Amino acid sequence: MYSEKVMDHFQHPRNVGEIENASGVGTVGNAKCGDIMRMFLDIDENGIIRDVKFKTFGCGAAVATSSMATELVKGKSIQEAMQVTNKAVMEALDGLPPVKVHCSLLAEEAIHAALWDYAEKNHITIEGLKKPKADIHEGEEEEQY
Amino acid sequence: MIYLDNAATTKTAPEVVQAMLPYFTENYGNPSTIYSLGSASKKAVNEARRTIAGAIGAKQEEIYFTAGGSEADNWALKATAEAYEGKGKHIITTKIEHHAILHTCEYLEKRGFEVTYLNVDEDGLVNLDELKNAIRPDTILISVMFANNEIGTIEPIKEIGAIAKERGILFHTDAVQAFGQVPINVDEMHIDMLSASGHKLNGPKGIGFLYIRAGLKLRSFIHGGGQERSRRAGTENVPGIVGLGTATERALRIMEEKTKKELELRDYLISRIEKEIPYCRLNGHRTRRLPGNVNFSFLYIEGESMLIMLDMKGICASSGSACTSGSLDPSHVLLAIGLKHEEAHGSLRMTLSEENTKEEIDIVVDNLKQIVTKLRDMSPLYEDFLKRQKD
Repeated sequence: MYSEKVMDHFQHPRNVGEIENASGVGTVGNAKCGDIMRMFLDIDENGIIRDVKFKTFGCGAAVATSSMATELVKGKSIQEAMQVTNKAVMEALDGLPPVKVHCSLLAEEAIHAALWDYAEKNHITIEGLKKPKADIHEGEEEEQY
Repeated sequence: MIYLDNAATTKTAPEVVQAMLPYFTENYGNPSTIYSLGSASKKAVNEARRTIAGAIGAKQEEIYFTAGGSEADNWALKATAEAYEGKGKHIITTKIEHHAILHTCEYLEKRGFEVTYLNVDEDGLVNLDELKNAIRPDTILISVMFANNEIGTIEPIKEIGAIAKERGILFHTDAVQAFGQVPINVDEMHIDMLSASGHKLNGPKGIGFLYIRAGLKLRSFIHGGGQERSRRAGTENVPGIVGLGTATERALRIMEEKTKKELELRDYLISRIEKEIPYCRLNGHRTRRLPGNVNFSFLYIEGESMLIMLDMKGICASSGSACTSGSLDPSHVLLAIGLKHEEAHGSLRMTLSEENTKEEIDIVVDNLKQIVTKLRDMSPLYEDFLKRQKD
């Protein structure tokens, strides 16, 4: 069901943990749907993401997308991190099963939520960054048959 | 490999396979034909029918072979609805039925029937007073599963049957998880229709049956030839029927010994988990449950992750998490017994067979402890919980 890369990131997730006094922390998703992701960013004075950690409650794909997302933003500038879309995360993982695509959206949202927190703490605006949705599954509806 | 998913399906017993083989290769005749090759098939089908009828205290002409449990459930509900709609259009069932029942009920609701879905208590048991109160003059059918496939709870079938009989309402039970596992008698339990499936009792897949009490005027489910007393047309699945007959005979023969062994393993598994893994809860009734069923919720972690990690250790189990159901919602059964969504997402079902050993259970618990710890270490919910503990 999962690609080798997804399985690798699930079995050996990169950057699991917390950052104390992080520059920005974002939590997205909800327990109702079974996925919660929390992203911690440590951003230096030049706006470079020096370190990143995550914690995730969720399925194999949720863990793997969180792990991959942290790899993709680590060492990058804020603007570069803004370019890490759910598609980029999926491509880096060699794809996800259709029912798991929402996990990659969650990863993108988690980065944005952490950046939003950083921006608020520092009273700055990040170009293109919108306030994260409280519920990642808002507006998503199951297909009726 | 350690196989703990016997509620999903079971290994076909070698004696079942042996009994089936000649009906593929030598005795391949159509039971409806006149020559002796066909007669041999017919004889085998009748023998299987007799064995199965005997297993539930029915007459052989009351057993109708189907392609499995879902077909039997569909048949029972749709045919009853159609045959008795002159009397009324109200059906009573429960919130914890298999989807073969629930989705058939939804189908009937779209066609003008009304369905009452009974609640269950925190152990998954139907409340008999609630059932009595739900009965209306236009109620034509009560359908309550014999034992639940996820949490293993065994319903008070005899009491429900007695209520249905007293009120003159038909009673169907989905016994897919119970047939061949626990004793069943359709007369003592006042059962009018009963669904069962072959592959849950070490029989083959693609075969099951519906018991229909003699005298019920149910319509044919598949129109065509005269097979199954013209109620379910189509050339018989002779190898499958022979396999189901042999599996039934075997299940009855080993039931006592199998139950004893499974109960020991089940209670050992439950007690080790409860002693050694914190923040978990046993789902389903502690004693009124199938001998092979263990279902736990592990708080702060998610089921699919557990399953993948168990699979990497060669352990097969299942979960009621949304990720394994293919939708965003976790198991309807776990929600019906009052679990919160996150507790339902963290559920793990392990269903045993008589072939499992104590050594296997030890390996499972040892691995499970590590897996639960690893997943909790990366869970934001667990982190929040620990912070709340500190405050």
